[in-house]
Amino acid sequence: MDAADLTMPGDSAAADGRVLVSLDGVSKRFANGTLALSAMSLDIREGEFVSLLGPSGCGKSTALRLIAGLGAPSAGTIRWPGAREGTRGATEGEVGFVFQEPTLMPWATVFKNVWLPLRLKGLSRTAARDRVMEALAMVGLDRFADAYPRELSGGMKMRVSIARALVTRPKLLLMDEPFAALDEITRIKLNDDLLRLWQGQNWTIVFVTHSVFESVYLSSRIVVMAARPGRVIEEVAVDVPYPRGNEYRMSTPYNEHCRTVSDALMRAIMVAAEQR
Amino acid sequence: MTQIELQTGAAAEDEAAIAEARRTDPGRIRALAARIAVPVVAFGAFIALWQWYVVAYQVPRYILPAPTEVAATMVGDWPILSSALAVTLTITFAALAAALVGGVALAILFIQSRWLELAFYPYAVVLQVTPIVAIAPLIIIYAPSTESVLLICAFIVAFFPILSNMTQGLKSTDHNLLNLFELYGASRWQSLWHLRIPASLPYFATGLRIGGGLALIGSVVAEFAAGSAGAQSGLAFRILEAGRRLNVPRLFAALILITLTGLAIFALTSLVSHLLLRRWHESAIRREN
Repeated sequence: MDAADLTMPGDSAAADGRVLVSLDGVSKRFANGTLALSAMSLDIREGEFVSLLGPSGCGKSTALRLIAGLGAPSAGTIRWPGAREGTRGATEGEVGFVFQEPTLMPWATVFKNVWLPLRLKGLSRTAARDRVMEALAMVGLDRFADAYPRELSGGMKMRVSIARALVTRPKLLLMDEPFAALDEITRIKLNDDLLRLWQGQNWTIVFVTHSVFESVYLSSRIVVMAARPGRVIEEVAVDVPYPRGNEYRMSTPYNEHCRTVSDALMRAIMVAAEQR
Repeated sequence: MTQIELQTGAAAEDEAAIAEARRTDPGRIRALAARIAVPVVAFGAFIALWQWYVVAYQVPRYILPAPTEVAATMVGDWPILSSALAVTLTITFAALAAALVGGVALAILFIQSRWLELAFYPYAVVLQVTPIVAIAPLIIIYAPSTESVLLICAFIVAFFPILSNMTQGLKSTDHNLLNLFELYGASRWQSLWHLRIPASLPYFATGLRIGGGLALIGSVVAEFAAGSAGAQSGLAFRILEAGRRLNVPRLFAALILITLTGLAIFALTSLVSHLLLRRWHESAIRREN
């Protein structure tokens, strides 16, 4: 089955944007022989909020890492139309990455953690100060610049991690199940904050999740993936205009989309089970 | 330290909570006082009992000298003992310094190149597992002076725990953080300096504490094995000499100096480790729950 054949033309709200990154038949086979991702084709357009949704082992994190330039695809190409070529392909300075864990350096203060991407590019503390504080202000943590990560709650650590990803002002924000380890209340709050930030800036977000509800709430487009081998099964456009708030969570369109996406996810799980 | 949950608008409270958690409270000071007072009183009682026993049963000084006599010897023999102490201290700290530099540098080389590690790690293990007393005669043949024999022996003993801890520490860096550094185009040097070395500090601290103690043991054992005489004699030689002459009070005095040296090294390395880790590492932070 060729995943590319199933790709529907994206007709979401932001689909008229320029293609930012384009995956063409991308596969990834690990050294131990596992085919983590098989022939994935996907165009990410500017301004989109795309979720990759699927069960464990469906290659969603692998796809995200490949987009970030962490490891090379075994087959297929990842193109960045219109991006300047850096030393590590086109991703340099264009991509911010948020891991499932906050992934902060415990020995460094919040300020130093957020400063890191700029520091690695050679910006001194004073030169980076304004941008670091701006990024911290965006996530509401500018008063915690001198705190150490261990003094913060899980949700606050995640905010620091997001601020660090934002400090380079990336075009594309890649998020690998960033809120999966947080409690429901904190997650809902961070979802709202993320949407607010996304709307306020000219960003594109690719968001990996295994939560149907989270993906329907956040995304303009959902890519449903299946496991063994990881591949794209279906794409669902969520054509509900932003801003989305609590009313949207209670609305009929939200429930309908959740049902559609749940069904797609069930099909993805069935397809994978048949092939075992 | 308390976990703080963020509620926007309540940030000031959170800051107050952080300040609260950082403050030292009187209860902790009282607990600290007890921790010092109890062992001091117990020690005083032990010394008094010792003194009473020696006096009451008229134990001869070549079997067990009274604490007062050990103290008198410490003062009377101070010129001999202090120069021996100086030699032991010099050897110990020179060996520890060399082991720190060598261990850390070799560990950094090891993580830069798997080949280097494969080639050289076995020798480090061989040096570690072979008892130093057994290697000492060979070192005596090759080394130019007694002092260098002691130095080499103490170095070999202190080197391995620092190397192995540091190598382990440099390898134990959070994989996601390494990915993050790669993502932001960090050079090898930047990853080493900003990530691998700070992440390995807890392991370094362990290596330092073990290595510090072993450097002293190494220098003492080496002196037993190598022997020495005259101005270059360390405390170990003075102990051997006093033992042969049945000068037991001086033996005790020298032994006390070695013990105090060991304690001082332990305190010093613990302090260094605390200063390195106090703000962020789990091991250095007090929790209440």
